[in-house]
This record gives sequence, structure tokens and C-alpha cells, in this order.
Amino acid sequence: MAILSVENVNKRFGGLKALDNVNLQIDAGTVHAIIGPNGAGKSTLLNCFVGRLEPDTGSVMFDGSSLLGIQPHQINQLGVSRVFQTPEIFGNLSLLENVMIPAFAKRDGSFTMNAWMSVSSESDLRDMAMDMLADVGLEAKSADIAGQLSRGDKRRLELAMCLVQQPKLLLLDEPTAGMARADTNNTIDLMKRIAERGVTMVVIEHDMHVVFSLADKISVLAQGTVIVEDLPENIKGDPRVQEAYLGGAHL
Amino acid sequence: MKMFSMDKKDILLFLCFSVAVLTGPIILEPFGAGYPDLLQKFAIFGIFALGFNILFGLTGYLSFGHAAFLGMGSYTAVWTFKLLSMNPIPAIVFATVMGGLFAALIGFISLRRSGIYFSILTLAFAQMSYNLAYSVLTPITNGETGLQLNQADPRVLDVMFGRDYGAVLPSSDFFGLDMTGYPGFYFCGIVLIICFFIAMRIFRSPFGMMLRAIKSNQNRMNYTGFNTRPYTLAAFVISGMYAGLAGGLMAVTDPLAGAERMQWTASGEVVLMTILGGAGTLLGPVIGAGAIKYFENIFSAFNEGILMGIYDFLPETLQHIMVSVSGLFVGEGWHLTLGALFMLIVIFLPGGLMEGFNRIKTLVTNRTGGGSDGAATPAAAE
Ligand SMILES: Nc1ncnc2c1ncn2[C@@H]1O[C@H](COP(=O)(O)OP(=O)(O)OP(=O)(O)O)[C@@H](O)[C@H]1O
Ligand SMILES: [Mg+2]
Repeated sequence: MAILSVENVNKRFGGLKALDNVNLQIDAGTVHAIIGPNGAGKSTLLNCFVGRLEPDTGSVMFDGSSLLGIQPHQINQLGVSRVFQTPEIFGNLSLLENVMIPAFAKRDGSFTMNAWMSVSSESDLRDMAMDMLADVGLEAKSADIAGQLSRGDKRRLELAMCLVQQPKLLLLDEPTAGMARADTNNTIDLMKRIAERGVTMVVIEHDMHVVFSLADKISVLAQGTVIVEDLPENIKGDPRVQEAYLGGAHL
Repeated sequence: MKMFSMDKKDILLFLCFSVAVLTGPIILEPFGAGYPDLLQKFAIFGIFALGFNILFGLTGYLSFGHAAFLGMGSYTAVWTFKLLSMNPIPAIVFATVMGGLFAALIGFISLRRSGIYFSILTLAFAQMSYNLAYSVLTPITNGETGLQLNQADPRVLDVMFGRDYGAVLPSSDFFGLDMTGYPGFYFCGIVLIICFFIAMRIFRSPFGMMLRAIKSNQNRMNYTGFNTRPYTLAAFVISGMYAGLAGGLMAVTDPLAGAERMQWTASGEVVLMTILGGAGTLLGPVIGAGAIKYFENIFSAFNEGILMGIYDFLPETLQHIMVSVSGLFVGEGWHLTLGALFMLIVIFLPGGLMEGFNRIKTLVTNRTGGGSDGAATPAAAE
């Protein structure tokens, strides 16, 4: 059953047709990869799911409710978390705080006037955040300031920030870009573990190793349209995909 | 979940702060600042800056209009004196509430924008309030003369409790204790201690953490499921209440309210205090407020006669040149000194005086070799 259903989505930037009648069904509990050359519209598509952009026409339904015309925080509260192409973290705060904050959002909702509580008495949330940091291999740095992390570590931190919310749908925009090989493999393992818990994932990735180790299904986006959608084993040999990736440089 | 769990370090900090405030007349005596009029100013502006810091230091929203709430607090307090009672308690309670309500209104509109647009909006609102206080609102504010007490004021509560001030103009008193001199300072000092405690709770609370997160990355906050507007509005209202309270206390120690309290220079002053002391730190703004009021007191007291005395040892022509040059920086011109001081701080100590203290602390602990882990933790908290 589709948990996310995208129908006839169009998005123009001036003269540029960034999304051209995109249709997509993401099945619950699966990992769905979106691949495609640079500028194909992949990030733009994700932006339409989290309220960063509003499509010109079309519909985006998640778990029975529309994601269009509502605020980003409302979308998150429905159970959608996103990792961005350029990591969006709290650069001035510690890693632990970075992960505790999303945990608060999950537990207390979009606004709570908890000015008289003490963060240090929230041992449950702190333990949860520490476990999550351990999961992504950052527990040793929990007291460090997030802005000083390497790019790869920032990505893993952002992943932890999303995962601590136990989202129903996790959107990942190039989660392993800028990571060393070893870190990439750790991240793949982590994402496999998340997938086993039944979290639905949409992954944009250029690294085909990551895509083929994780994806249950792959959509290929080129010039704003889904040109192919198939199982991973069928995608590799598809001539249209080779074509889209610059005249058949092999995958 | 324990409501009052506080770190040992915080309890220590709070105790030290309280002791420092209460012994202020003694510890500041060697600096020539141990007299009540100046100490009152330290406490009142400390409260103003403490509240301003909850908005600016935590969320990063730079308001240039907080003097409007200060003025609102003063007018409200004087009206409370006139209508209800000369007791300072109702006066400061109403001043706080009115400061908060006014802030809710201005904040609701201004917070639709961020960055420089937010700052300009707050500035515009404050200047509007200032002009209104001078013109249309004269029946309430008494315009240029300023709002004053009158022997014929009703003072309903005082009359009810049979408190009669006779033929003299009453001054604020706390159940018989006159709010001038040391009692006035101790009243303000205790309010400052309470305000510090509340600010400390806010800093250590999840709410405070969310405010810092908004300053750090508001987009991430939205995609993390937070509605940031109510958070910033709450911070704005809290800081408005602090400002209202400070304005109220000004009226308690000197029952007078004028529109100039709302002027943009007063708004700018609290910005300077906060940055000078260290925005986002708990103690910094109070220290910044104290430092500015202290130097204002010293530099503005200089006049030509005193300067002539200082340069007495020089030949006459040189003496006159030196006097006229230094004369630019003292007395009325003390703001020039303040400007220079502020530039030096921002360039060399962007974290304010607190950063300076922390650097010295790190230097000392490294010298003595002990407490290396204390020095290694970033000096973000205090
Ligand atoms: N906010 C915007 N305003 C104008 N044009 C935009 C905007 N966002 C994206 N575009 C354009 O839309 C097209 C698709 O961009 P998008 O970022 O979605 O590509 P992508 O598939 O994510 O590429 P990459 O693999 O490089 O991340 C590009 O040509 C881009 O320049
Ligand atoms: Mg992209």
C-alpha cells in the first residue's frame, strides 16, 4: 500500500520546468531510491514533500492527508523527517543538544511553554539521544559543538536527528555524499537496520553502491520526469537509464 | 520529573550572585560606587538587560525598541501610585503586566519578519510610542512635563487602609519603609535576584534550548516539527515584562515618568549593555549594564574645572589644548567614550566582557596546571 502518493506534480522556476508531471507511489515499509543526473529535479521533488516548495499543480498525499498547503512543522509532526543535501544542523549547539531537540519535538509537539522545566532532568530523552548518537558512531563527540564537525559527521548527525523522531517516512537527500568509504558502509548498515524496523525511506543518491545495497525499488528522474521505475536488478541494464546518465557511462 | 533540579554549579552561581548583589554597597565602596542612587541604577538596568538578553541573546532577534516597554512600565507604575497605592508591589506588578501586554502586541506584528526588518519594525514602533506619548496621549502621559504625583491623587487603596500622607507629596513606601536610599536599593536588588533566578531557569529549560536552536538554525527547527513563532513571541513577551518591571522600578525609586524613557537612545543602550557584557551569557548583560552605568557616572561627572585640575602640571597653552580635547569625551560627550569603548569590545572581544573573563580564567588555570578539563569546555554557558 502506498504511504506516499505523488500525482501529476509540476513545478516551474521561471522558464525552467524543474518537475514535469511527476507521478510516484512509495510503498509503506520499503526503501525507494530516486536517481538521476545533476539538475534532474530530485531535490526539488523532496522540497515539495516537506513544505519548502509548493508545487504549481498536482497532489502529494501522505498517510491519508495532503502535504500541500501546510507548514513544514506540521508535516514533520505527521511523521515525515528529512536529511538535506547540505546538512541542516544546529551549528552552535552540542551534538547531544542537536539530537535532544528533535526528541522534544516528537514528545511535546510543535510548541510547549516548558520554561520552568530543566533540560538536565530529562534523563529519558538524553539517554535516547545518546543511544542514537551511538548508533551513528558519534557518542564520543556528544559534548562537541556541531558546527566543528566534518561534512561526513554532520550528515550522520543529521541522520541521528531524524531517526530519534522515529519517523514514518524518512527522506534522505544524498545521505552519504562527502563521507569516507568506511563511513559510507557504516551508514548503509545503519539504514538497513532502520529499514528492518519498517521505516519507509526515500533516498536520493549518486553513489550506486549505496543505491543497490538498499533500494527495493528505483525511480530514475531526468529533466523533471520519471523516465523509468523498476526493481534494482532491471535498472542496471536499462538503456534509457544509460542514456539519461550522459550517453551511457555505465552504472 | 523533578521541577527544581538544579546543577550544583548553578546553585553556586546563584548564591554568589545573590551575595554579590546584597553586599553591593560594601564591595563597590572602594570603586566609589557604594551609594544607593547608583546601586539602584545597576539593579534596574541589570533587570532590563537580563530580560533583553532572553530575546536577543537566546533567539538572536535584535530588538531596537525595548525602551517602549520600559516607558510603559514607568507610566503604569506612576498611574498605579496615583490611583491605587504608594506601595511599590502593585506598581511593579502592573508595570510588568503592561510591559508584557504591550510587548505581545508589538511582538506579534514585528515577528512576522526577521533580521534587519524585525529590528526596524521594533524601532519604528518604539519611536511611534515615544511620539504618541508626547502628543496625542498627553492626557495620559502629561506630555513634555512628564507624569507626576499629585497631593490630590485618589490613591484608593491607601485611603481605604487609612494611610494619609498629609500635606507633603508622597513618595513610594513599602509598608512604611521609604523607597529612597538603601531600602530602595535593597528592594530593587531583591527583585534583580528573583529576575536572575527566573532567567537562569529559562536558560536551563527545554524552552531556552529551543530559543538557542532558533538562533542557530530556524529552518532546521521548522523541519524538526517546531512552530517557531510562538517561541519567539514568548521570548519577546518575557523580555517585555522584564523591561516593564525595570521601568516600574525606576518609578518606584523616583515617582516620575517621562516620554524620553521610550526614546531610541534608551533602546540602543540596552543593546550596548547586552553586547558589552556578552550576549547569550547569563551573567554578562548584568555586568554590561553595571559597567555602562558606572562609567557613565564617572565620565559624565567630569567638567572643565576638574579637567583643568588634572592637567595643572602642564604649561598653560598645552593645558588648554588637553582640556578641550578630553572635554569632548566627558560630561555631555561621554557617549563618545562609550562608542569608543564599544568598538574596542566588539573588535577584540566579540563575546563581550564575559569572553574576556573566560580567557583570563583559561590563562590562569593553564598556568597553574590544574582544572584542565574545566578550561577545555567551550565557554558557551557563562
Ligand atoms: N529555488 C530555485 N529557484 C530556481 N531554480 C531552481 C531552484 N531550485 C532548483 N532550481 C533548478 O531546478 C533544477 C533542478 O534542481 P534540483 O536541485 O532539484 O536538482 P537535483 O536533481 O537535486 O540535482 P543534484 O543531483 O545536483 O542535487 C536545476 O536546474 C536547478 O537549477
Ligand atoms: Mg539535489
